[in-house]
Amino acid sequence: MAALGADAIRAVFRLGWPGFTLDVDLTLPGRGVTGLFGPSGSGKTTVLRCVAGLERAPGGLLTVAGEVWQDGERFVPTHRRPLGYVFQEASLFPHLSVRRNLEFGLKRVPAAQRRVSLERAIELLGIGHLLDRRPDHLSGGERQRAGLARALAVSPRLLLMDEPLAALDHARRRELLPYLERLHEELTVPVLYVSHAPDEVARLADHVVVMDGGRAVASGPLTETLARLDLPVRLGEDAGVVLEAVIGKRDSDWSLARADFPGGGLWVEDTGLPVGRRVRVRILARDVSLALERPEHTSIQNLLPGQVAEVRGETQPALTLVRVQVGDSPVIARITRRSTAQLGLVPGKRVWVQVKAVALIG
Amino acid sequence: MDFSDADLGAVWLTLRLATVTTVLLLLVGTPVAWWLARTRSRWKGPVGAVVALPLVLPPTVLGFYLLVAMGPHGPVGQLTQWLGLGTLPFTFPGLVVASVVYSMPFVVQPVQNAFEAVGDRPLEVAATLRASPLDRFFTVALPLARPGFITASILGFAHTVGEFGVVLMIGGNIPGVTRVVSVQIYDHVEALEYGEAHWLAGMLMAFSFVVLLALYGFRPGRWQR
Repeated sequence: MAALGADAIRAVFRLGWPGFTLDVDLTLPGRGVTGLFGPSGSGKTTVLRCVAGLERAPGGLLTVAGEVWQDGERFVPTHRRPLGYVFQEASLFPHLSVRRNLEFGLKRVPAAQRRVSLERAIELLGIGHLLDRRPDHLSGGERQRAGLARALAVSPRLLLMDEPLAALDHARRRELLPYLERLHEELTVPVLYVSHAPDEVARLADHVVVMDGGRAVASGPLTETLARLDLPVRLGEDAGVVLEAVIGKRDSDWSLARADFPGGGLWVEDTGLPVGRRVRVRILARDVSLALERPEHTSIQNLLPGQVAEVRGETQPALTLVRVQVGDSPVIARITRRSTAQLGLVPGKRVWVQVKAVALIG
Repeated sequence: MDFSDADLGAVWLTLRLATVTTVLLLLVGTPVAWWLARTRSRWKGPVGAVVALPLVLPPTVLGFYLLVAMGPHGPVGQLTQWLGLGTLPFTFPGLVVASVVYSMPFVVQPVQNAFEAVGDRPLEVAATLRASPLDRFFTVALPLARPGFITASILGFAHTVGEFGVVLMIGGNIPGVTRVVSVQIYDHVEALEYGEAHWLAGMLMAFSFVVLLALYGFRPGRWQR
């Protein structure tokens, strides 16, 4: 695994109970958002609970930014670990107002260790108008925002989030996501973010750990990891890549904007983002088709030249996944096995990539 | 009103006994309830059964064993004598000890149920917010289990007021020391003083009804044995 610097997180946990074994050895970056991604039962939440000290993995090892939280001899109990934890469902104390909930953690942190003020946490999550309410008078989204603010108010050196959006309906998730993105942009605290939703990971994570059956089957930077075809966790309809891009040009006549990534540019709907703004674009494999020659007279706006890097069968026998290198960036196409054969797609072949849809995320 | 000094003395003694017993029960019963609610030990079953014994045992059986244990040759009696306290039977402290044992399940079970209903999550949340185990207990578990404590206090108090057999076995019938209302009523009836018995019995009846009304009327379905 690549060296990730002195502020990295090292986590080695082995633990088993009937029907489940967790066995991970992870080195994670000490900055940005790390997405722990995988299907339910893959052990993501257990890893998070081990990091928090809520679960004990005997003989485990955990160091965060050079500080030992657990090793052969030591086990720092949860309340002495400088972390923040956001639980899946609303976990505000029902007997306390929102304000008293926020103060619960804050007042237990020595003044010298406070780096995030209560006002800042309240402002970041936009909950100033909710402070005097009781948790049972809040909506699901508001409760989760208050829970996030409460976790931030303890000035964590590591923020742990266990599917904070999972208990919310679609509208509430859309309401909360911008707040999570803001945290990502404005706070320097590293985040471990557990999710089974590819779109959340694509939007928020910088580094991804893919979990399956209690093991970490992949760990690496977001773009690189999502572009791998060999992961046993098949995403099916959600397979695709995420590219870091910059808005390079806006075409107001057609309400389009060009997102430039290492390897080319993609025309996307102009949502008013200024030129120079960093964005992420997500291209699903099912929205990508391939041609041997540059297609003429096509409605598809995004045509990119590339070179086939890898071809792999899908779980469905009729389909293959093809990874095409476009400049420095990978794109995955999901096409039929017959097309792959007819076009003679093998590594090294030059192709034109047609992108039918691009999602601008974050 | 037709209460004699003896009657009023019995009422006063009963209230004193029930109050002291309830306070002691909350102090002793809460850790027991906490342990029963949280433990995964194989001793949970046996300990829970012992705590629940007074629910099924005739008070005379309980009283008999307590009498033997606290008597001059019993283990508790030996201890109290060694401590220079004499023996406990036929004293007010002896009655308190017996009442604590006798009313234990009525306090432990509601509190245990309340702690179980609180669950792990709020305590885990508190731990991630820097609260130590003791801190979590006092600032999260206790406030969240408050309905259980209200139920437990009412039941513990009321059940102690209503005890008779254990009192007779341990305390006998000493005015001002061990003669509680239930024993006083027994004396009245023995002496064929039905008028006096009626006053006291009626008062206990009214008291019990009000207590149970408070319990079931305001918080329906909260208490399960």
